[in-house]
Amino acid sequence: MGSENPTLQYSNTPVPHSNIPVAILDVQSLSKSYRQSSGETTLAVGNITCQVEAGEFVSFVGPSGCGKTTLLMSIAGLLAPSSGRVVVNGKEVNGPPPNLVLLFQEYNKSLFAWRSVLGNVRFGLDARDDRSAAAESKARKLIELVGLKGFDSHYPWELSGGMQQRVAIARALAYEPEVLLMDEPFGSLDALTRLELEDTLLRLWAELKTTILFITHDIEEAIYLSDRIWVLSRRPSQIIQELKIDFPRPRHQVTTRAEGRFMELRNDIYRQIGNQGIP
Amino acid sequence: MSRSHPFNWLGWSSFALLLVTWELIARATPKLLLYFPPVSRILAALGQALATGSIVQHGLVTLGRFAEGYLLSAALAVTLGVMLGYFRFLHSLLATSIELLRPMPSVAIIPVAILLLGIGDGMIVSVTVYASVWPILINTIDGVRSVDATLIDTGRTFGLNSWRILRQIILPGASPYVVTGLRIGLSIALILVTTAEMIAGSRGLGFFILDEERAMNSANMYAGIVVVALMGYALNRLFLLLETRAMKWRHGMMARQVA
Repeated sequence: MGSENPTLQYSNTPVPHSNIPVAILDVQSLSKSYRQSSGETTLAVGNITCQVEAGEFVSFVGPSGCGKTTLLMSIAGLLAPSSGRVVVNGKEVNGPPPNLVLLFQEYNKSLFAWRSVLGNVRFGLDARDDRSAAAESKARKLIELVGLKGFDSHYPWELSGGMQQRVAIARALAYEPEVLLMDEPFGSLDALTRLELEDTLLRLWAELKTTILFITHDIEEAIYLSDRIWVLSRRPSQIIQELKIDFPRPRHQVTTRAEGRFMELRNDIYRQIGNQGIP
Repeated sequence: MSRSHPFNWLGWSSFALLLVTWELIARATPKLLLYFPPVSRILAALGQALATGSIVQHGLVTLGRFAEGYLLSAALAVTLGVMLGYFRFLHSLLATSIELLRPMPSVAIIPVAILLLGIGDGMIVSVTVYASVWPILINTIDGVRSVDATLIDTGRTFGLNSWRILRQIILPGASPYVVTGLRIGLSIALILVTTAEMIAGSRGLGFFILDEERAMNSANMYAGIVVVALMGYALNRLFLLLETRAMKWRHGMMARQVA
């Protein structure tokens, strides 16, 4: 836990309008193995290499238990990789980088029960010791943007699951990370809430121009949200396919999903994953 | 408190009835005078002891010892508990000793304390600290360990260092447990102060109660008991009041889970 964060300044890197892609996140031959209590070593993540460009929305899709969370924790600097390295914005990751935030699936475990909605959303700003009026209004603005206007002083337990995850999203975005990692953020929500939150997320992503690396086991969710998808194999996870998703934005839950190409992509990915035998 | 019920008329009425019954039986049975003097006598004795100030002196002595012992114990136990909850090695190192010492009735330590410290304030306060440390320590350890790893990882991903994670995540996360420990510790501290005063020393309510019993002044003895009881009641109420202020978020959460 001895991670140091000497500089927590946030610089709002604009998305370049040139055609030269800039890799804001560079994962180089990352692998991560675990020593189990039996003494055996298990490889969870095997040799992943990939780049995410600034402003992109990229997803990892893979079967559950394929080591996706381990992969994301390693990229976030919360786990040290066994080999390989991660570079965020030109700097090698060695502990949690200051310009990157990981959002967890379990909103009920990641929100601070003793902080109000506003207190939670302010958390990242407080962590940066930013107690300015601008920070305050930024937090309030984000609460509004995720659709929780009027809930500032509520506590997490007073909110539904979907609303709690909205708080977590607002908290992550208020921090203005250059890269936002999301670990199956909608995995434990009901289907309708899920669709709603997907659109909320896309709207905010377009507005704030954050780079998002998203993990899901829901193939259609990945297609709907992403610019690119990496299909992961079963454990130890490796990228077995890269797909470019070029549906025009803004996307629409009905029309985008109804396109023939959407179904083709879905079946394609499904076969890729299914070929390895779904347990 | 979300438990701020309306005044419990039934409960207080039954208590009043109990006192009235006591009064009537005691008056009707003079043989019982030594054992159960009428409530009115006890109250008169209390009034007189208050008027002369003797019981106030003893009460303040007890309260002072209690406060010293309890606050020391809380500071010690919370600090140690956080460390033991946080550092696995330290916990492994001390867990066995804790498990063996904790179940021992704390009053058994009084002779040892007298042997080492004599019969002064130091002995009484030490015994109080020893006894009330356990519930606070155990609960703090459990509380620190109950803080979810995801919560800590959330702090780390937002760039908090270990010290701030401790202060801003682990301490508030563990606080409901700590508060439970503190509440149990409070009652235990009061028990131990009174007990130790009965065994050693020449001041304090424990001494007063036993001394009056030996002098066959049972009305005074009961007056002392009433004062100790009221002190315990008041301290518990004060604790609940402070807890409600500090743990507002928790009470709503619990109320929701019960509903």
